[in-house]
Amino acid sequence: MSETVERVLDRAARPGRRPKISVEGLAKCYTVGGSVHQVLGDVSLSVGENEFVSIVGHSGAGKTTLLKCISGLESPSGGRVLIDGEAISGPPKRLALIFQDYGRSLFPWLRVLSNVTLPLRARPDIGRGERRSIAMAALTAVGLADATDHYPWQLSGGMQQRVAIARAIACEPDVLVMDEPFASVDAQTRSDLEDLVLELRRRYAMTAILVTHDVDESVYMSDRVAVLDGSPTGVSQIIDVGLPGERDQLTTKSLPEFVALRARVLQAVRGHASTEEAEDA
Amino acid sequence: MATHVTTIRRTMEFAVPAALLAGWWFLGQLGVHSFYFPPLREIWASFQQTWLFARVGSDVVPTLSAIALGYAASVVVGIAVGVLLGLLPRVNEFLTPLFDFFRALPSSAAVPILIVLLGVGMSMKIAVVMFSALWTIILNTSDAVGSVDPVARETSLSYHLRPFDRLMRVVLPSASPQIVAGMRVALNQSIILVIISEIIVSSSGIGYFIENAQWTFDITGMWSGLLLIGVIGFALTKLFQLVERRVLAWHRGLHRKAQL
Repeated sequence: MSETVERVLDRAARPGRRPKISVEGLAKCYTVGGSVHQVLGDVSLSVGENEFVSIVGHSGAGKTTLLKCISGLESPSGGRVLIDGEAISGPPKRLALIFQDYGRSLFPWLRVLSNVTLPLRARPDIGRGERRSIAMAALTAVGLADATDHYPWQLSGGMQQRVAIARAIACEPDVLVMDEPFASVDAQTRSDLEDLVLELRRRYAMTAILVTHDVDESVYMSDRVAVLDGSPTGVSQIIDVGLPGERDQLTTKSLPEFVALRARVLQAVRGHASTEEAEDA
Repeated sequence: MATHVTTIRRTMEFAVPAALLAGWWFLGQLGVHSFYFPPLREIWASFQQTWLFARVGSDVVPTLSAIALGYAASVVVGIAVGVLLGLLPRVNEFLTPLFDFFRALPSSAAVPILIVLLGVGMSMKIAVVMFSALWTIILNTSDAVGSVDPVARETSLSYHLRPFDRLMRVVLPSASPQIVAGMRVALNQSIILVIISEIIVSSSGIGYFIENAQWTFDITGMWSGLLLIGVIGFALTKLFQLVERRVLAWHRGLHRKAQL
């Protein structure tokens, strides 16, 4: 009982909860060589303002497809995505996307600073000098103020993903969408980047959606974890994380609640795999 | 180590031709020569007499300007058409076989018809160059523009890049290595075809001079013209490499990094 009260209080203490993003009955099919392949069946998910939601699921569950629909890069075959109550058609203005493959998402022919200023050129309200100072502030926030004149490929993987994060926050988005952003960096860099994103999310008050296959990461980062499962895919479970807002790699990850949550998410993701194995047997 | 190897390679690049020329020169000094292979000393004397700088205005300038104009026109039109086709894959699909056909056609075979159409002046030479170089540049450009990395494309879309920025800062740079590769081939084609068209029929130019020298049994003169064309080709290729190194510095760096 007291646990429930605590959770409600914790929730109440967090910023406003009106749905920032609503995914309503989203379906997506691809036609491959004449046969229709349904990836997403009926996905519904609501993400509150300033909430951090992770999306997990076994590989092939359609996590990236869902993310592409939310970020307006793919149009759904059914259902819709609403941001601030408005159905989107195409990439929403105040949404920034961070790709897994920073090596291909950053432009190798542009230096770091130009990579960050490029999206700002589309904004008529921002002059050349202001573009530069916004980009410098973003690069400073990710700890790369000294790397502005380098080409991205001259930097380590972790630093390149920091550039991509700086490019995203320079656009001052309301919504930050990340597709397995830390999947191709080493463990230490990964922890550093996780903490960086949490800090930036707090500082710039952004709603965040993270697709990951790392169960620890999903629990550590988010307010809620949505588990994708089934064929075609739907949201099989939504797990409330309810850990304290301030998180720390060492203390948070050794909390008994963290361990229990981790086991729950793992079970929800594995649930699918084990039934599949049983079917195979 | 790497710089050491580079130094050796650079030195060889100049040392080998120099050694060959020196060998030719000394064979001539030793009296080993025929009517068809005059001593290099004589060729050099003829070279100085003809090309430094007696016939520069009458023959070198027409040849060089035909190369420059034909090449420039091919590059400008080729890139513009190539970009357009690369962005319109449907149209491109229809036209690519046609361009492949034209490219496979030996352009020198088009010289007679172009002479009938345009006469023997500068415009004919430019048209011959374009008939060859244009297809190379169009095909390279449209192919590169049509195959921009999907992640780069999604990035441009999701970050709302302006159409102009998408073209100038994403599509063209991403296609530039392949466009430049086409331009390199097209430069060679331009030099070859200007000389060929001048040899076939013309009233001026280095090719015309060589052809004229043949008719007057001026073997030494022919060799001096050949030497000049070699020098021009070599110089233009080097100049091209110099520009390429600057423009595609990022590409070389990226490539080197990927190999580590």
